[in-house]
Amino acid sequence: MPAQDLTTPGGLLLVLAVLVPFAGMLAGLALGGRNAQRVALATMPAGLGIAVAIAGALSGAGGELVYLLGNWAPPLGVALRADAASALMLVAVAVVISGIAVYACGDFSTPRSAREARAPLTFWILLLAVWGSLNLVLVGGDLFTLYVALELLTFAAVPLVCLDGRGETLQSALRYLLFALLGSMFYLLGAVLLYGSYGTLDIALLAARLRPEAVPFAAAALMTAGLLAKTALFPLHIWLPPAHAGAPAAASAVLSALVIKGSWFLVVRLWLKAMPSLAGLASMQVLAGLGAAAIVLGSIVALRQERLKLLIAFSTLAQIGYLFLMFPLAFDPASAQLAAGNALAGGIMQAVSHATAKAAMFMAAGSIYAALGHDRLEGLTGIGRAMPVSMLAFALSGLALVGLPPSGAYLAKELLLEAAAQSAQWWWTIVIQAGGMLTASYVLLVLAHAFTLGERSTARVSRAARIGEMAALTLAACSLLLGLLPWDAWLPPARPALSLPLSLEALSKGLWPLVAGALLAIWLGRWGHPAPFGKAIVARLGAARRAGLAVGKLIERIDCRLRQWPAASVSLLVVAMLLGAAVMVAR
Amino acid sequence: MTAPTIFGICAALLVGIGLFGVIISPHPLRKLLAFNLIGSGVFMLLGAVARRGAAAGMGGDPVPQALLITGIVVAFSATALAVALLLRLFNETGSVTLAADARAHPDAGDT
Repeated sequence: MPAQDLTTPGGLLLVLAVLVPFAGMLAGLALGGRNAQRVALATMPAGLGIAVAIAGALSGAGGELVYLLGNWAPPLGVALRADAASALMLVAVAVVISGIAVYACGDFSTPRSAREARAPLTFWILLLAVWGSLNLVLVGGDLFTLYVALELLTFAAVPLVCLDGRGETLQSALRYLLFALLGSMFYLLGAVLLYGSYGTLDIALLAARLRPEAVPFAAAALMTAGLLAKTALFPLHIWLPPAHAGAPAAASAVLSALVIKGSWFLVVRLWLKAMPSLAGLASMQVLAGLGAAAIVLGSIVALRQERLKLLIAFSTLAQIGYLFLMFPLAFDPASAQLAAGNALAGGIMQAVSHATAKAAMFMAAGSIYAALGHDRLEGLTGIGRAMPVSMLAFALSGLALVGLPPSGAYLAKELLLEAAAQSAQWWWTIVIQAGGMLTASYVLLVLAHAFTLGERSTARVSRAARIGEMAALTLAACSLLLGLLPWDAWLPPARPALSLPLSLEALSKGLWPLVAGALLAIWLGRWGHPAPFGKAIVARLGAARRAGLAVGKLIERIDCRLRQWPAASVSLLVVAMLLGAAVMVAR
Repeated sequence: MTAPTIFGICAALLVGIGLFGVIISPHPLRKLLAFNLIGSGVFMLLGAVARRGAAAGMGGDPVPQALLITGIVVAFSATALAVALLLRLFNETGSVTLAADARAHPDAGDT
């Protein structure tokens, strides 16, 4: 019996990581009323502790934690596995969930007059459900367990979209559910095909048994396409913007920071662990090509949004694209398969950094909405003075996303650039750099509006909301300071040091995307600049600006078309076929 | 032609019909039914796979059957959740459609 088929010491932690949130969920449901919130808040430190313990057990050694359920070895039994990448994600998820929980205490406390209120009860139970199913996605060791975990994640995420029960949010929730179900059927079909050929769904066994032949090609294409639908990668992002439009801020933070990372992580698992030998350069180019398209489309449409919350939602769309750039960069031409190295480290770092930053952004936007009663960009003038903490949180998380050192995104960018240089794929260097600029453009657009001095803002911040603002600021600071953590213990990169050079050179590297982003925002932004000198610049641009607006409008139209149901579902088929063809070509 | 092959072909047909329905029919309830057709197709394929595994001399491979039952439970819960959302949507708005776009209007005036 090979060594990996034994429960390792500490394997029980994996079970606890899944069990504790679900136990909290059940307890919250049984006790009801305001107890749900108490149980959820009590679960947070426990879950956080377990995640940190798992990460501690995996530091340095580079091994795996394994737990065999009921001591049955695969292929008959089910194994839970965690490596360093999943441990980091576990910790990130726990931190972000805790941050969101602190923030949500303001929005989702049961009012004193009532014994039980629908929205708070549902929110706290679903928050724990999302956490438990995400942890299962991160530690699941076989493709069918992962299918069930993904479905649980979707079932927990969908009602979060329609917590307020208005017609349009119900519609977005239904649209999300139906599209996600279509995606999961693709995934399940692929898994069934794999079982039919190899008699196992265990990831480690599959990796050993897979041969380059027709069935795994088809399965890989189907499963990946299905997962992309759940991740909302362009052009399968039909459900993402409307889901964010009406969801409460805390729910948006959960969806955007965490839920989509579940299916993304599974794509990583699938290609790097289960079928690294199947991945040809062509199929990985397709994945990253979709990512590049997502970056361009998401950023430009974000620049044209009227509402802050939708701007952030489209920013998520772009950042999802960024997450997929790691795939071709992980391709090792020498062994003709995917290898964990700088690219994987960069991808995980990007995911962690986006999770913290995006949650902070949505929370800050939620505080602003609560104080102003709206979140129209044009009405944000002067909010920087009225709500300094929230705007600081927004600014810090924005800068962290752009990749200003010492943020996690900066390190991620450096790692991906390094991987691109190593594998001689210069075109992804351009995309990575352009992505930073585009991110800077919409972040600066918001900051320009918020920090323009106008008439006194009417924003009112209640005392309860102040705690929420601090939670957002803490998460934003986390994201900005991620680069200072000692990552070497978990993500051994091919290059010796994953250290952070705090030099002028690094700072200038971080600053020039900001300059380019400002220019892009002036050129493509729909709302111009609120300050008088900004208006003067915009007026001076004349024809160039008109061209910029026309480009933006065209891209927005394309986005609208793609988000119609028939177009999106046909896109799903096309993506599956494209991936299948690309996998075939490589062999 | 062996029995598993026939079942496999039927499964493919079911998945195909389901996909067609999901893409074409505008009504969410029909989409949901079509989704269930795809599900049935996949589960039938799983059954055929179990039977083919039986060629090894067993009476049938039991693992796919366990997966199948779990899969059906998951698909059933998904359907229940979707129907609940549909009913609620109908009660709120008096109609059931996915067509309207909750988002901005690309053709609104530019500044």
